[in-house]
Amino acid sequence: MNLIQEIKFLVAKDLLLELRQRYALHGMMLYIVSTVFVCYMSFRFSNGEIHPITWNTLFWIIMLFTAVNAIAKSFVQEGKGRLLYYYTLVSPQAVIVSKILYNALLMLVLSIVGLSVYSLIIGNPVQDMTLFVLNVLLGGIGFSSSFTMISAIASKANNGGTLMAILGFPVILPMLIMLIKISKNAMDGLALSNSYDELITLAAINMIVVTISYLLFPYLWRT
Amino acid sequence: MKKHWWKVLCVGCLFYTIIGGFLGTVPRLDILNETIRNLYFHVPMWFCMTVMFTVSMVYAIKYLNNPLSKYDIVAAEFANTGILFGILGIITGMIWAKFTWGDYWVKEDYKLNGAAISLLIYLAYMVLRSSFDDEQQRAKISAVYNIFAFSAMIPLIFILPRLTDSLHPGNGGNPGFNSYDLDNNMRMVFYPAVIGWILLGVWIANLRVRTRTIEENQENLNA
Repeated sequence: MNLIQEIKFLVAKDLLLELRQRYALHGMMLYIVSTVFVCYMSFRFSNGEIHPITWNTLFWIIMLFTAVNAIAKSFVQEGKGRLLYYYTLVSPQAVIVSKILYNALLMLVLSIVGLSVYSLIIGNPVQDMTLFVLNVLLGGIGFSSSFTMISAIASKANNGGTLMAILGFPVILPMLIMLIKISKNAMDGLALSNSYDELITLAAINMIVVTISYLLFPYLWRT
Repeated sequence: MKKHWWKVLCVGCLFYTIIGGFLGTVPRLDILNETIRNLYFHVPMWFCMTVMFTVSMVYAIKYLNNPLSKYDIVAAEFANTGILFGILGIITGMIWAKFTWGDYWVKEDYKLNGAAISLLIYLAYMVLRSSFDDEQQRAKISAVYNIFAFSAMIPLIFILPRLTDSLHPGNGGNPGFNSYDLDNNMRMVFYPAVIGWILLGVWIANLRVRTRTIEENQENLNA
């Protein structure tokens, strides 16, 4: 089997698993909804209005925590025996690329759900919605590419849950800063050309992270 | 003695830095005033930290190519020394910021936050290391994280501040130090200071690597 075929096969397998055990996906969606609702209630009873900058930051923090929780399980849920079975069948590159692709897909779904619920409950001050949605999708892909490798590292250690956050947050920060800047531009309705620098940087960070994951994962997976 | 010339050079450079740094002539500038002497201490700390982390990453790569435990010890101890210099850099920077920008922690400055975050990354590296019992597994997985985190840190410290506004010279449209206040008198002290501090870092790391190696050999003998 060549690499592309292996990746297709593995992504299809992950999708099938997700659809069979729906509780995980439903759990994540409920997680977003309840987080949004908690934020809404906390703001409503303290002050009432949410400032646009707070709106933006809050949205990205919700997305960040959703991403950590959704992606953390991508290697933990694979039992030791099943991983061992993969080693005999496919190349390590196929495993990491398929996980990144699958998580990106998952994050796309979750971001869209998150954005709709968030806009519905808290409101939506965004002026340039196309750019904002594009940015949210880019963010989902970015989160998945960084956190997939981190979750592979964290799953090897004893206290995976805490490690996932402390290893992942500093690494994700440059990306998060770029995302927040672009979505601020989208909220203010600035022309697309104002965001080119940030979009290019975001794409570059993504490419670095995916390349590094591709190169490093083979060293990680047999331990 | 021939082997230790660099230690003599290090001590010489540092004495020269301290004496020349406090007594030498510096340009009289508004706001900066005498605090400009901090240039000999604050800036070399960051150079030294970057060098330490780079060495640490190089040894992590060497470990992945050829898993010898001495490479792992070098990678860990250089990262430790880098953390030490990073903390010193933040402290000297905070004192400097208090006198020139008016506050210990200036929230508008991405470079400051970037530096703090890169420290968080390496502190997470230390937590990751301590969460493994098996030595080989610890060495391998922390080497993978080391390389991954280093490549995420580079855009953080070197690219992002240049894209965004920063109060540091040379960022966000501010002119670099060279163009307006690093005159020849200061250069005479600054370059030896950089060499001296980097050599001091190498020396500290070298001593720590040696003690760790002895400890490890003793454990192996006892076992």
